[in-house]
Amino acid sequence: MGVLENKFQDNVIVASMDKLLGWARSTSPWYFQFGLACCAIEMMSSAASRHDLERIGMMPRSSPRQADVMIVAGTVTMKMALRVKKLYEQMAEPKYVISMGSCATSGGPYWQHGYHVLKGVDLVVPVDVYVPGCPPRPEALIEGLLKLQEKIQTERPLTRKTV
Amino acid sequence: MTLVEIKSAINSQFPGVIIDNEELGDHQLELNGDKWLDIATFMKEDPILSFDQLECITGYDGGEEAALQTRYNFHSMEHRHKIEIIISHDREEPRVASIEKLWRIGDWFERETYDMFGIIYEGHRDLRRILCPDDWEGWPLRKNYKGQELYHGIVVPKIKEEDGWE
Amino acid sequence: MGVVKGDQMILNIGPQHPSTHGVLRLEVMTDGEIVSQIRPHIGYLHRCFEKHSENVTYEQVIPFTDRCDYLASMNSNFGYVVAMEELMEIKVPERVDYIRVVMGELNRIASHLLALGVYGLDIGAFTPFLYMLRDRERILDMFEYTCGARLLYNYMWVGGVSHDLPKDFEKICIDFLDYFEPQIKEYNNLLSFNKIFVERTADVGVIPADVAVSYGVTGPNLRASGVKWDVRKDEPYSVYDKFEFDVPTGTGKFGTLGDCYDRYWVRMLEIKESIRILRQALGSIPSGDVHQSIPKKIRPPKGSIYRRTESPRGDLGYYIVSDGTPVPFRVKMRSPAFTALSCLDEVSRGWMISDVIAILGSLDIVLGEIDR
Repeated sequence: MGVLENKFQDNVIVASMDKLLGWARSTSPWYFQFGLACCAIEMMSSAASRHDLERIGMMPRSSPRQADVMIVAGTVTMKMALRVKKLYEQMAEPKYVISMGSCATSGGPYWQHGYHVLKGVDLVVPVDVYVPGCPPRPEALIEGLLKLQEKIQTERPLTRKTV
Repeated sequence: MTLVEIKSAINSQFPGVIIDNEELGDHQLELNGDKWLDIATFMKEDPILSFDQLECITGYDGGEEAALQTRYNFHSMEHRHKIEIIISHDREEPRVASIEKLWRIGDWFERETYDMFGIIYEGHRDLRRILCPDDWEGWPLRKNYKGQELYHGIVVPKIKEEDGWE
Repeated sequence: MGVVKGDQMILNIGPQHPSTHGVLRLEVMTDGEIVSQIRPHIGYLHRCFEKHSENVTYEQVIPFTDRCDYLASMNSNFGYVVAMEELMEIKVPERVDYIRVVMGELNRIASHLLALGVYGLDIGAFTPFLYMLRDRERILDMFEYTCGARLLYNYMWVGGVSHDLPKDFEKICIDFLDYFEPQIKEYNNLLSFNKIFVERTADVGVIPADVAVSYGVTGPNLRASGVKWDVRKDEPYSVYDKFEFDVPTGTGKFGTLGDCYDRYWVRMLEIKESIRILRQALGSIPSGDVHQSIPKKIRPPKGSIYRRTESPRGDLGYYIVSDGTPVPFRVKMRSPAFTALSCLDEVSRGWMISDVIAILGSLDIVLGEIDR
């Protein structure tokens, strides 16, 4: 970068390939509408007129095959847990999971006597960002999404993985 | 119609079916469950009683010493009176006739009570679990219910760390 | 419409589907597009409300009732505290009654706005959804001003309410009603008298009145079939008997009595009636202390009670059994959406799959309440 700095006119930008890919991948993640319970209403509110999610590039998709991010909004029960895993497997790489609300993070208010409640969706799918709250405000969800964007930007997709 | 009038109407048609119990409130009636389908048909079709709305079916577990009961709440849209019928079951083999052909909502209410308490409604067209998965073990709302540890390999109770909170 | 029994196919809709209003699975047996039988599968959101309520105290049950019907949590709380106060024979101050009615009716408007907006979205109209949610946000702002929460309030307690009305609340609310009433005309222009919407919902999914009563359907769904039954008028609670309001019923405006359009139109008229009640209530809230009747320790006498109240979806009933301790013995919630969903099979026989989505949307179900 240092050798090429200030050698070109103002309409030429130099950047590393990783940073460029990170910028392109993180600023338009399409989310998979997986609203289960009360947090789904706050997810819908954050996609509606007042807190608009499309201005940060997120578009709702109904099919897992077309989505990048799965927002698990609401309580996951035992009956639903097997389906969550199936839907996660149907998403194409690279994929991310946001666990929205305290029910998806750790069982929420139902952790103590809920025989049918899954105590945290991270028992079945790997989670990238946890957004706490019951339900989290739309602003909190947007902050969670921005944190996810930061996380995507730090990935290095071009580095050859030795595993 | 008051409770006394409803009681006497049922008693005149089906003598000996009402069980006297002082602890009940002023809209509750405890019955013997043997002829329940006939009594329910009478309650629906008799023009004086005319209970055309089944509001709610509640299962009830009184504890180890007490009985397992089904409680029905009825209401009449025409005469605007209501009644609650209580039927007790044997703990080992809880069975009673199903009334889902008379009030169609009985179908789902009875499935829910079966799912939560294990009471079997004879004559029901399709008695299976409605809220819990089909391969769930146990009757969750009974007082002596112990939850299962694993379901398809997923841990059911909350995993707590070693030290920290109890 | 006739049912053709050719080779049947089983189509699975859900549990994850944009139009099923939550996690609901429909197993639809179709011949091509025409449906011959539907089996709904519920329980994907069964969160053990009744088991929790046997292990926590009476006051701690109230936040759990919020989360059952999360679109109308004020009304869910209202039903529970009315049943508890009848069991314990507590008389609340008049100010508390008026505040509860105001909050309940505001939440009814918010719930109907969401129901109608999402119904338009199901049919394919995106704009009314955004407009109705914009107005709903203003109602949620008022709730946040009063008690701090946007969606799940834990506001109504046994014997009172948690927070008194803040400064100038009546003026803010009346300003909102003055802004909101002309918006209804805008919604009617956008959606209600839109030819495509009318074609898709009129004459579709008729529920006759006797079928509705047998299936336990209540609330706007029953009123759309012509039966005039409203718990606020027929078994009044709180101070509803002091207000003048009508009970709108279906009239077969664009099609048959009891079709999807009637269920939509009854909800629209109910928003207008709620505005009427609110104007009457806000002008005459008496003064007083909202916390004076809240008991220090809730220990109801032994006994049981079944009491129903009117939630935006229908008759919400609570069956509470108490054994004298501070912890309830049995709490059962009779949810109106559970009964509304049970009649889906019979109503949608012979219609096409897209009509099934229209019928399901018109019933206005909330899965949190059905599965508890």
